[in-house]
Amino acid sequence: MTDYTKQIHRCFRCGYCKFPSDYSDFNCPSYARFRFDTYSTSGRLWLIYAWLKGEIEWSEHLAEILYSCTTCKNCVEQCPMKFSSDIVDWIVSARSDMLEKEKGRIPPRVTSFLEDVYRLGNPLKERGKRDAWATGIKKYQPGDEYLFYVGCLGSYDEFGQRMARSVGALLNEAGVSFGILGNEENCCGNEVYLLGERELFQVLAERNIQKFKELSVKKVVTLSPHAYNAMKNNYPLVSNAYFEVSHYTQLLCGLLRENKIRPSRNKIKVTYHDPCFLGRYNKIYGEPRKILQSIPGIELLEMERNRENSFCCGGGSGNFVTDLLAGSKESPSRIRVREAYETGADILAVACPSCMTMLQDAVKVEELEDKLAVKDISQILTESL
Amino acid sequence: MTDIYKSLVEIVGEEHVSNQKEERYFYGRDPGLTPPHEPDYVVMPETTEEVQQIVKLANKEKIPIVPKGGGLALTGLVIPQKGGIVIDMKRMGKILEVNEKSRYVVVEGGVTHGMLQNYLKKHHPKLRHSIPDSPAISTVVGNAVIHGQGRLTQQYGFNSDMVSGLEVVLPTGEICRIGSHSISPYWFSRGAPWPDLSGLFLGWFGTTGIITKLGLRLYPAKKMRDVMVFLTDKIELVPDIILKLTHTEMTEDIVVNEQPLPPRMKGNIYILIIITGDSDEELDFKRKIIWDALWDIFESRDGGFLSVPADMKPPLLEMPSRDVVRFADVRKGGGFEYSGPIIPLEKYPEFITKQKELVSKYNLSYSATSRVIAGGHCMMYAFAFTFNRADDDEMDRIRKALREAAEFTVEQGGMMWKPTIEEQKMIIERMDPNTLKIMKKIKELLDPNGIMNPGNWEA
Repeated sequence: MTDYTKQIHRCFRCGYCKFPSDYSDFNCPSYARFRFDTYSTSGRLWLIYAWLKGEIEWSEHLAEILYSCTTCKNCVEQCPMKFSSDIVDWIVSARSDMLEKEKGRIPPRVTSFLEDVYRLGNPLKERGKRDAWATGIKKYQPGDEYLFYVGCLGSYDEFGQRMARSVGALLNEAGVSFGILGNEENCCGNEVYLLGERELFQVLAERNIQKFKELSVKKVVTLSPHAYNAMKNNYPLVSNAYFEVSHYTQLLCGLLRENKIRPSRNKIKVTYHDPCFLGRYNKIYGEPRKILQSIPGIELLEMERNRENSFCCGGGSGNFVTDLLAGSKESPSRIRVREAYETGADILAVACPSCMTMLQDAVKVEELEDKLAVKDISQILTESL
Repeated sequence: MTDIYKSLVEIVGEEHVSNQKEERYFYGRDPGLTPPHEPDYVVMPETTEEVQQIVKLANKEKIPIVPKGGGLALTGLVIPQKGGIVIDMKRMGKILEVNEKSRYVVVEGGVTHGMLQNYLKKHHPKLRHSIPDSPAISTVVGNAVIHGQGRLTQQYGFNSDMVSGLEVVLPTGEICRIGSHSISPYWFSRGAPWPDLSGLFLGWFGTTGIITKLGLRLYPAKKMRDVMVFLTDKIELVPDIILKLTHTEMTEDIVVNEQPLPPRMKGNIYILIIITGDSDEELDFKRKIIWDALWDIFESRDGGFLSVPADMKPPLLEMPSRDVVRFADVRKGGGFEYSGPIIPLEKYPEFITKQKELVSKYNLSYSATSRVIAGGHCMMYAFAFTFNRADDDEMDRIRKALREAAEFTVEQGGMMWKPTIEEQKMIIERMDPNTLKIMKKIKELLDPNGIMNPGNWEA
């Protein structure tokens, strides 16, 4: 990670970070929500620089501005400068410094998120078993081909559990040898890392890697793009232990190609929401669409903002729990479901449990429940068998 | 005493007002070199009526107001010199009407160039507007208020020349319609054949009112665009080359570049000639006419056309050009500022010579980009210097260089474009006294309490 304190003054505040590539709308979720320039990437970078120079002091408002960034990487995609790929790292480093230098004075909801992960192993305040959802899905045993890592939302959230069951059922249907960690699973730490709590991330990553080692895990398939991102891009910073990681859409795509899953005709109109941690973070745009297009009769309608220009649901960086962008018709998830509805689709397809929970809530608030169903790709595929 | 914050909340809602340090810090600065000064409040209205209420409140309480669009003039024009209220206009982002037959669009005061470009491409693909080289977040109104330029400026003049009507909230709170819209539902003319009152607001940097709606002329969007690059190392030939090019009436845009980096570019003047057409035949015809126009210079070996590889063309044709802002990172420091005087065409050699003198004197990194305006009646010459925001000494040297550039401009008979307050004072000192008197009368008449962007255009 670059030393952000020596680089952060390089932002010219040109504002390209606010847009998608065609300038059709504002594409920075926190800027779209709050509309003060301070909530855009350039606003954050200038304020962080001011804080480092001592021109402004820490305040609750500054912390809110810093933590309302969903780290969706739209700015990384759009910034024309050579340092663009470092921007999110700078914000994460500043959060880390804020935790340290300001002695943990961060938004209470962020504090609570981190404390819950530390104390309970998940940010959802859940004390129950992680495998309560997993009827019919066995525990991983050495020799199984895949470890199915379901993560916190897959373990505890109602919609995440449905996703996990659906993916599990498809893997069983296709005859894949796999199992879950169940109660031995730990939080992946993706959000912890992005919120700047590096020590806790280190602990979580080490625990998971240790468990993988103990069980001789060679291949991990994740339910959540967030876990996929952490394991693919951040775990190697912690340990050189090698294991292959894929997102479930990649695995399902391969199984469809090998005719191990054969969907039947399903005449539905679907639009697909690219999750940031699958799309912009890991450039996986094709596989989810291929899965949907493998279903005979399906009509895939693209939202105006898609692929690298996708508009974040607002859930990244722990906001699916901390919800710092909620409370307005301009909340990103509400903007996104309106955009999805405008395509004429009946179903808004997702591939991420965080997006699922954000967008499920938004269709209710927007009173679109009867017009637009939010479903995970695996659920759509299951319903098409 | 009125609680200003509370009153502003009543007008626009709590979420759209801030008096917190973070917003005051950010809105008290721009990306250029003007020293900061913070506002007391930042407010984001969504309608003309909300703007009107804010202005009435400010006029009653005698609080300064600074309307702000993209804030990218770089010369401190939206830095609130006396505090008060910065009005961020970008929530007024609706495109209200496009008249395809009379070729104009009506936009709200916060519509960005990027969004207008996208809207026209999507809904009216045969029409386009003059897109400036400033970033996509710059607003149509902000650009017009500073007499900005764009990709159609060579053909049709300053972007402000393309304004076809205004709705303005006056400093005393009245809503005023300027142009054909003052008497009809149409926005095709800003004044002619009657008195053109748009001049009371354009070029005044928000000191005479707040533009809440603006009509803008649109132009044919040709199917094809191409770029030709003519190269010469003879600075003195540049005015003549431009004269020959503009004589053809075949070019969309003519931009003259001189820069020391990368090293292969050093010592040459690059003249970018943009052409458009609806067919290959039309483009070929234009290429031939342009070739013929510059043939004698080619024959005398004083210049020639550069073969531009296909992969180099997209960045040159990109609108807006992201390359422009990359100049700010040449020194890895996030800053550039330029003095961009409007000058007579024949003065180009003197200006580029002066820039090189300044570069040498102050040890600066530079770029010299000029745009031909309105068929060659004048051009904008940019003394552009990039700096490292963390290097106070370098920033100070650039301030001095820009000050010298401004003095040179005045000596040479040029006009500073979007002048800093310091440059405005320089202009006012030298201006014909009766011209100044008219400006003062207009300002006092429209803004009796002096609340509008105080510090600017103050005699």
